[in-house]
Amino acid sequence: MDIKERLNKVFKDVFDDDSLEINETMTAEDVDMWDSLMHITLIVAIEREFGIKFNTSDVNSLENVGSLIEKIKERS
Amino acid sequence: MDFLKLKKNLKKDFSKFQIVKIAILGDNATQLFAQALKGYGYEISINFDIFEADYNQIDLQIFDRSSEFYKFKPEFAVLACSSQKLLKKFYKLNDVQKAVFASEQINKIESEVKTILDNHPCRVIYFNYTESDDNIYGNYSNKVKESWLYQIRKINLDLMNLSQDICNLFINDICSLQHQYGRRFVHDAKFYVNADMVFSVDSLPIIAKNVTDIVLAVNGKLKKCLILDLDNLLWGGVIGDDGVNGIELGDLGIGKVFVELQEWIKQLKDRGIILAVCSKNDEDNAKEPFEKHPDMVLKLDDIAVFVSNWENKSENIKHIQAVLNIGFDSMVFLDDNPFEREIVHSFIPDISIPDLPEDPSEYLDFIKSCNFFETASHSSNDSNRTKQYQQEAKRKGIQKNFANEDEFLASLGMQSDVKEFDEFTIPRIAQLTQRSNQFNLRTIRYSEDDIRRISESKDHHGLSFTLEDKFGDYGLISVVILENRGKELFVDTWIMSCRVLKRGVEKFVFNQVLKYAQTNGCQRIVGEYIPTAKNSIAKNLYEDLGFSCESGYWYVDVKGSDMKANLIKHNVNCI
Repeated sequence: MDIKERLNKVFKDVFDDDSLEINETMTAEDVDMWDSLMHITLIVAIEREFGIKFNTSDVNSLENVGSLIEKIKERS
Repeated sequence: MDFLKLKKNLKKDFSKFQIVKIAILGDNATQLFAQALKGYGYEISINFDIFEADYNQIDLQIFDRSSEFYKFKPEFAVLACSSQKLLKKFYKLNDVQKAVFASEQINKIESEVKTILDNHPCRVIYFNYTESDDNIYGNYSNKVKESWLYQIRKINLDLMNLSQDICNLFINDICSLQHQYGRRFVHDAKFYVNADMVFSVDSLPIIAKNVTDIVLAVNGKLKKCLILDLDNLLWGGVIGDDGVNGIELGDLGIGKVFVELQEWIKQLKDRGIILAVCSKNDEDNAKEPFEKHPDMVLKLDDIAVFVSNWENKSENIKHIQAVLNIGFDSMVFLDDNPFEREIVHSFIPDISIPDLPEDPSEYLDFIKSCNFFETASHSSNDSNRTKQYQQEAKRKGIQKNFANEDEFLASLGMQSDVKEFDEFTIPRIAQLTQRSNQFNLRTIRYSEDDIRRISESKDHHGLSFTLEDKFGDYGLISVVILENRGKELFVDTWIMSCRVLKRGVEKFVFNQVLKYAQTNGCQRIVGEYIPTAKNSIAKNLYEDLGFSCESGYWYVDVKGSDMKANLIKHNVNCI
């Protein structure tokens, strides 16, 4: 499974929505319930899935799913 | 348990669960904690109705009597203040002020807590503070009164003292949790910086559980009994194969593990937890270490019910339950064998059975971390409980020799002390209201403060009853709280320990209530039975005593009511 597929699995789990399909240009605006609280839950779930730790400044600098994938690669 | 799982619970159906109203006031971001708490409630069948104050509004909510907080009428007020905020305050002070920081802070906390309790009767759950050194002085901070470490530790100690003075103040021991799980686990710096969350997402389920443990204990959901397997739990090896000299205990093999586990269990027993043994062994074999092994900490005297045979363990545990007459949900079963755990769990789902680690040296830390034995009260009476159950076993043996029950009861020479509530009995009375689930007519829970208020109230009259017979002393076993409502005397509370069922105690108690009604000019006595899942045993009490039912309440006229015959002697010395 590549990073995007694994990340999609985390999204489905966190947003509790099996039909959710992510793409690189997707932002918080595009996903129902993706607010600041959900963002924290999401970040923690991604950290767990990939066994990584984001930096403090990473958390707010992620513009879209594409940059999230890049950040995961960088921190892996 | 992870946060996401709890969060998913939020979508589930809570409608059948008991509602508990809880208000959260914090000086940090508490939204995710509130979600964890709500979600954890689902796991234990509680529907938390949560009011979350806006960020950093603690004093605004507490000191304004018309605030949303008071309008919400919480049963529990959770005050979640953080070390981080406190440290900021501390750094603004000069050395003279720093040296008295803890005292100032405790005064502030005391005034907050007392204001809440004065304005609205509830329980306050206060988060104590994580004790992390700021390393301004290094280890030397222990020698410096003006150091952060000294002051924060003093605050935590003073909080303990404050909670001992204020019955309705409970401490959520965040500091112990941090010791247990570690700073790195409990705190996630990036969410502290980005979202002002002082607790990591991963630690929220544990904190939610800790708060809920307090709520459950206050509401009377307590563990009362610990059931123990023997082989490879209380000692290493198999007694039937290895013999009393071959089991690992004391200096032999990893015997230290089992000695320390037993020492801990003994402390529980001394605190009032009933111990039982359930083992697959021949009884003589199973008892031999208790009688002969020099390193056994637990003795047969410590065990209220000892069952050792080759039957199914779930049947044996049902037998233990029948002798002790307490609910399965108040029992914990320890067994090293996953197969036995699974069988007992499948037949008795209500009993708590921790999945012990494989390595016995990890048993004790693991069991401690489960925090099974949270309590909301403590009295000296607790430690006698094992003796009382053993006396009960003797009574049951003798009873068989009598032709009828009255003859047996007459032979017991029962005596009862009848007393108004006093300083000595108030803790035990509050505890009875919190713990009794079965013979409890209205199941109203009272704290020690509540009971003290009742004992001082002109409109209320409280009576406590002890029972003693030739086999031993049961201690304080029944409580009534009567409320004068003009010509009517309302029975607000009537509780009796199930250990004294079928002794005629309820008739004896009724006679005292009737006597009080007569001397105080009441025309009738009014009772109410509020059914719960557990108190059906008391369902027919009023009917059996000759009350008649009218739209949910039970009435009996004082005039024309007779004293009910019973075989209990009123100990006249004490009233």
